[in-house]
Amino acid sequence: MSPSSSEADPFSQPGIEFLRGARDQLPILLGVVPFGVIFGALAVSAGIPALEAQSFSLFIFAGSAQFIAVSLIAGAASPFLIILTILVVNLRHLLYSASLAPHVYHLSNLWKISLSWLLTDEAYVVASARYRKGSPEFAHWYFLGTGLTLWAAWQLSTTLGIALGALIPPGIGLDFALPITFLALILPALTDRPTWAAACAAGAFSLLLANLPFKLGLLIPAVLGIGVGLAVEMRSAKEGHANGDPV
Amino acid sequence: MNRAELWMIILGGMAVTYLIRLSFFFFIPPDRLPEWFRRGLRYIPPAVLAALIVPDLLLLDGTLHLSFANHRLVAGSIAALVGWRTGNTWLTIVSGLLTFGLLTLL
Repeated sequence: MSPSSSEADPFSQPGIEFLRGARDQLPILLGVVPFGVIFGALAVSAGIPALEAQSFSLFIFAGSAQFIAVSLIAGAASPFLIILTILVVNLRHLLYSASLAPHVYHLSNLWKISLSWLLTDEAYVVASARYRKGSPEFAHWYFLGTGLTLWAAWQLSTTLGIALGALIPPGIGLDFALPITFLALILPALTDRPTWAAACAAGAFSLLLANLPFKLGLLIPAVLGIGVGLAVEMRSAKEGHANGDPV
Repeated sequence: MNRAELWMIILGGMAVTYLIRLSFFFFIPPDRLPEWFRRGLRYIPPAVLAALIVPDLLLLDGTLHLSFANHRLVAGSIAALVGWRTGNTWLTIVSGLLTFGLLTLL
């Protein structure tokens, strides 16, 4: 925190940053709230009790990982493998953590713990745009505002989904909603040739390795797909950046 | 799955997720990440999701099922087409579910 510099007007500046962060998260909520509702509904239809379903959102707070965990729970995978899968799926947050670390190094431990608790894809996108604008003195309040807004929306939409899911009778093909939701999640991630190559390779290996025990038919094809994506990226780079790789 | 196992997953999932998010805020200087690892991170979502989607749409009881009689494959293809053309998450999901529902009823 920056106590000395905020003494003249202890609330107005941090308060304004907080509200701006919350405001700038609002357009993103339009895309997030449906997923929260669907998560809640799918979790209860997969047989997860309401308290545990809500706790996934409260404690893990990571959309894709939560969906994948529900899919693995429905497939009776072992808890250890599910936690390992959550780890792999959320590894991309390393990049966010590394990217924002220089902006939060000076903050107290309480601030660091709070902000990392809120470091999702959506909060990262909005907060990193704020840091690019400069005047960083109270920017951590902006980060907090945007992260808390997303967190609250994720909790409420999950609750709504749990309530709706309890009304839907079992066995009307809701299990098909999971692959369809994954399909909606994967399309925006397919932006260039290496990402397509990673997806196609992982898909092909998942068919070949479908009968592996312990649901390893997910992790091993995923790791192989990541390797293929990297290989294609390096080959494209050698060909002279011909493919407009955004990174 | 019993409730104790569910709580293992929730708390274990929480622990690994926050260790990752906290990592560079506390433990590791950002320049310590090897280049190939940093670049590989962006392929995690497409690879993991594809490995989840493809068997769900193409396999029936462990064998490949490539035909119009595979309702999941047909509905998934229509959803992918809608998602690709519109870029709209909501329309993608609804079109897939509606197609699947109609095919199941017919």
